Amino acid sequence: MATFAPDTRIRSALAPGAIVDRLIPVVGEDHVLHRPEQLAPYECDGLSAYRSVPLAVVLPGSVEEVCEVMRVCSENGVPVVARGAGTGLSGGALPYEHGILLVLSRFNRILSIDPDNRLAVVQPGVRNLAISEAVSNLGLYYAPDPSSQIACSIGGNVAENAGGVHCLKYGLTVHNILALKVVTVDGELIEVGGPRLDSPGYDLLALMTGSEGLLGVVVEVTVRLLPKPASARALLASFDDVESAGRAVADIISAGVLPAGLEMMDNPSIRATEDFVHAGYPVDAAAILICELDGTAEEVDDQIVQVRDVLAKAGAAQVRLSNDEAERIRFWSGRKNAFPAVGRISPDYYCIDGTIPRRALGSILSEISRLSEEYGLAVANVFHAGDGNLHPLILYDANKPGEFERTETLGGRILEACVAAGGTITGEHGVGVEKINQMCVLFGDAELEQFHRVKAAFDPEGLLNPGKAVPTLARCAEFNAMHVHGGQVPFPDIERF
Amino acid sequence: MEYADIAERVGEARAAGAPLSIRGGGSKEFIGRTPQGEAFDVSSCRGIVDYDPSELVISARCGTPLTELEALLAEHGQMLPFEAPVYAPDATIGGAVAAGLSGPRRPWTGSLRDFVLGAVCVDGRGELLRFGGRVMKNVAGYDLSRVMVGALGTLGVITEVSFKVLPAPRVERTRVFEFDEARAIEFLASAGVTPVPLSASCHLDGELYVRLSGSESGVRAGEEVLGGERVEQDDDLWRSLRNQTHPFFAGKLPTWRLSVPPAAPPLGLSGACLTEWGGALRWIRGDHDWEALQATLSTVGGTSTLFRNGDRGGEVFPAPDAVTRRLYTRLKESFDPDRILNPGRLYGDL
Ligand SMILES: Cc1cc2nc3c(=O)[nH]c(=O)nc-3n(C[C@H](O)[C@H](O)[C@H](O)COP(=O)(O)OP(=O)(O)OC[C@H]3O[C@@H](n4cnc5c(N)ncnc54)[C@H](O)[C@@H]3O)c2cc1C
Repeated sequence: MATFAPDTRIRSALAPGAIVDRLIPVVGEDHVLHRPEQLAPYECDGLSAYRSVPLAVVLPGSVEEVCEVMRVCSENGVPVVARGAGTGLSGGALPYEHGILLVLSRFNRILSIDPDNRLAVVQPGVRNLAISEAVSNLGLYYAPDPSSQIACSIGGNVAENAGGVHCLKYGLTVHNILALKVVTVDGELIEVGGPRLDSPGYDLLALMTGSEGLLGVVVEVTVRLLPKPASARALLASFDDVESAGRAVADIISAGVLPAGLEMMDNPSIRATEDFVHAGYPVDAAAILICELDGTAEEVDDQIVQVRDVLAKAGAAQVRLSNDEAERIRFWSGRKNAFPAVGRISPDYYCIDGTIPRRALGSILSEISRLSEEYGLAVANVFHAGDGNLHPLILYDANKPGEFERTETLGGRILEACVAAGGTITGEHGVGVEKINQMCVLFGDAELEQFHRVKAAFDPEGLLNPGKAVPTLARCAEFNAMHVHGGQVPFPDIERF
Repeated sequence: MEYADIAERVGEARAAGAPLSIRGGGSKEFIGRTPQGEAFDVSSCRGIVDYDPSELVISARCGTPLTELEALLAEHGQMLPFEAPVYAPDATIGGAVAAGLSGPRRPWTGSLRDFVLGAVCVDGRGELLRFGGRVMKNVAGYDLSRVMVGALGTLGVITEVSFKVLPAPRVERTRVFEFDEARAIEFLASAGVTPVPLSASCHLDGELYVRLSGSESGVRAGEEVLGGERVEQDDDLWRSLRNQTHPFFAGKLPTWRLSVPPAAPPLGLSGACLTEWGGALRWIRGDHDWEALQATLSTVGGTSTLFRNGDRGGEVFPAPDAVTRRLYTRLKESFDPDRILNPGRLYGDL
C-alpha cells in the first residue's frame, strides 16, 4: 500500500467532531458516516494501492443539501472530495484525511427522457449503462461506453471526461453532454450549457469536463442520445506480429474508414481473456484487432469488404466476421473483460493510460517490452488502438516487498516514453494522484501556473479535491531534479505539451 | 511572424496599458461587440505545422486560411467536419476558433470545439502556453484549448491549433419536401431517432431541404426511408447557408441567431424564420426587443444572440446570471489580468 502526500496541508480550524455536528443537521444523522468501520469502504477508489481515511463521509440526497454542505464546508475551510462510484483508476476520489468525502450515490435517478430532442436529464450518481438501458426501447443510446460502464457514474464520467471503445467515431464524454448543473465551492448552483447545441459565453462545459472534481460538484447532467445504428458488425483479425497489427490500424484509417471501434490486444492479454471468458480468440496470435463497423446495413457491408481487403494486405493471419449479434458481443466480451481477466493471472495488476500518435504504436510496444524486461515485470497490453490510447497492464505482487514501487516506476517510465513519442500521460483515466509527477514532464511552469490560476478562479481557497491533478511548481522542481539524467531533464529536445 | 513575436507584442501592449484588437483575415469583424484597441494583425503567422492523414490530425498556425487547410485535407479525402463559415477567402483558422462557429453538418458530426485537440496561445501576460496536444485523447490538465473556442480572443491570442479531422463522405445528396415549419420540425425529430445518415437541414418558406452523406449505398437507403424529391446542384445551397450568403441574410436588418432544443415548436416570432441544424438553429431578422425575445426563448430552453447588424456597441450576447458572470470575470482575469486582449468584444465588462 502506498500513501499520497498532497502538496497542501489545508485543514479546517474546527475539530472533526464539530464538523460532523454541523453536517448532521444538513443531511441527517444516517447520512454522515464517521465511525472507522463506516469509513473503511471509502478509503480508496479503483486505484486501491492508495488509501486514506476522510474525517467523514457525507451522503447528501438533494441539490439543496449539496449546496448547504458546501456552504458549511467553505465557511469553515473544510476540504471536500467528491466521489461517484469510486471506479476511477487514478486516485481522483482518494479521500483527503482532513476533509470530507462527498458521495453522490443517492443521486441515482433519471429525471427525464426527451426522445424528440434526443436528450436525457440524469442525476450524477446514475450508472453509465443505466442510461442506455433506459432509452433502449426508444431506439436510442448514450454513446461513451467505458469498460466500467456497469458500475461507473455519469458524474464521475464527466469529472474524468471518460471514453470508451466507441469514442473514435462517437467522441468522449465532452462530446456527448449538453448541460450540467454544478454546485460551486461556496454552495451556489449554476447551470452550464443547456438543452441545445451551443450557448453564448465561455465554454464552462468543456472546462468542467475532465476537471476531476477540482472546480465544482456536478449535481445534474444532460446527456445527448444517439439513434442506435441500424447495423453493427465486428471483424476479428489475428496477426503473427504486433507491428503488422499496428500498421493495419493506420491503414484502415488511411483507407477512409471510420470504424465505430478499433481495439487491439497483445498475446498475454489474449491468453488471459480467453481463459476467462472464452471469446474464441486465437491464443497463438501475437496480436488481435477488433474492428467494429456500424451504420446502415448497406454501408456496413461496403465497409466490411474494404476493411477485409486492408487487413489482408497488412498481413492478417486470419479474419473472422461476426455472423450475428451474439457473436459480435462475444468478440467484445474478451476486450471488455480484459482487466479482470488479467487480474486472474496475477495477484495484482496496474493499469497505465498513455496516448500516442498511432504511427508510434510499433515503437512504443518495443519500448514497453524493453522496459518490462529492465524492471523484471510482465506487461499485458490492451489498447484503444483507433485513438492511440494504450492500457499496458503491469503484473505484480503487492505482497512482495518493493514490487509495487518498481511497478510505479515502470508505469512512470512508460508514460514518459508516451510523451517522448508525441503523446500524453492520460487518455481517459485522469491525473488524480497517480500521474501528478508526470504532469511535470508534460507541462512547463507557465502552463501549470495557468492551471492553478483557473483553479483559483473557481475555488480560491483550494478546498475541492486538494492536491490532485495539478502539481505545485515546488513538487515539479523536486521531481525534475530527481529525474535529471547527466545534467539534462528528460527529453530536453521535445516541446513541453 | 513567429509565436515569440506575438508574445512580445502582447507584452509591450501590456506594459503600455494599450489594449489590442486581434485580427486574422478580418472576415469576422462583425461578430461580437465592436472591436476596441489597436489592431493587431496575426495573419502572417501561417502555415501547416503537421499533417499525417493516417493520424486524422492536422496542426496549423493561426493565420493559415481555412480554405488552404480544407484544400489540403480534400486532397487526402479528409475534411474539417464542422464546416466553419468562410466569410472571405482569407478567413483564418485562428479567427474560426475564436468565433467558434460551425456550419450545416454540426448537429450530426459535432462542432468546431468538438474537433479541437490542442492549442498554443499567448495569454494577456505575453506568456506562450500550450494546452492539449496532437493526439485523439488527452485528459491531462484542464481543457483550456477548448475554452479558447468562442471566447472571441478575450483569453489569449491563438497562435496554433490542432484539429481532429475525419474522412470526407464519398457521396452527398439533397432531398426537398414541401412542409410548413411545424411539420418540418416534427419530421426532423422523427428522422433524428432513426439511423438515417443526415448531414444538414434547412427550412424556409414552406420548403425543407435535407442533405444525406455517406457511402453510395447508405445515402440511397436513406433516400428511400425519407422520400422527398432529389435536388440537383445542391452544393450552392449548403455553401450559402454555411457562409450566410443566402438571400435570407441579405440587407442591413439585425440578424438574430437562436439556439434551441431541436424539437421546440415554431416560435411564432414576427417575420420569416430560417431553420437549420435539424431544428436546433433558427435565424430571424429585424428589430426584435431583446427581453421579449429572451423571454420567449427561455420557455423552450433556448437562447438568442444578436448575430449581425443592429447596435453592436451594446451587449450582443445574453447576460449570464450573477454567479456565472463572476466566474467569467475571474476566468478572464486568470488569463488576461490587465484586459489587454480584445476588451469588450464578448461582453462590455470583460
Ligand atoms: C475495470 C475498469 C475499467 C475501466 N475502463 C474505463 C474505460 O474504458 N474508459 C474510461 O474512461 N475509464 C475507465 N475506467 C475508469 C473509471 O471507471 C472512469 O474514470 C469513471 O469515469 C469514473 O467514474 P466513477 O463514478 O467511478 O468516479 P469516481 O471514481 O467516484 O471519481 C472519479 C473522479 O471524479 C470526481 N467526481 C465524481 N463524481 C463527481 C461529481 N458528481 N462532481 C464532481 N466530481 C466528481 C471525483 O472527485 C474523482 O476525481 C475503468 C475503471 C475500471 C475499474
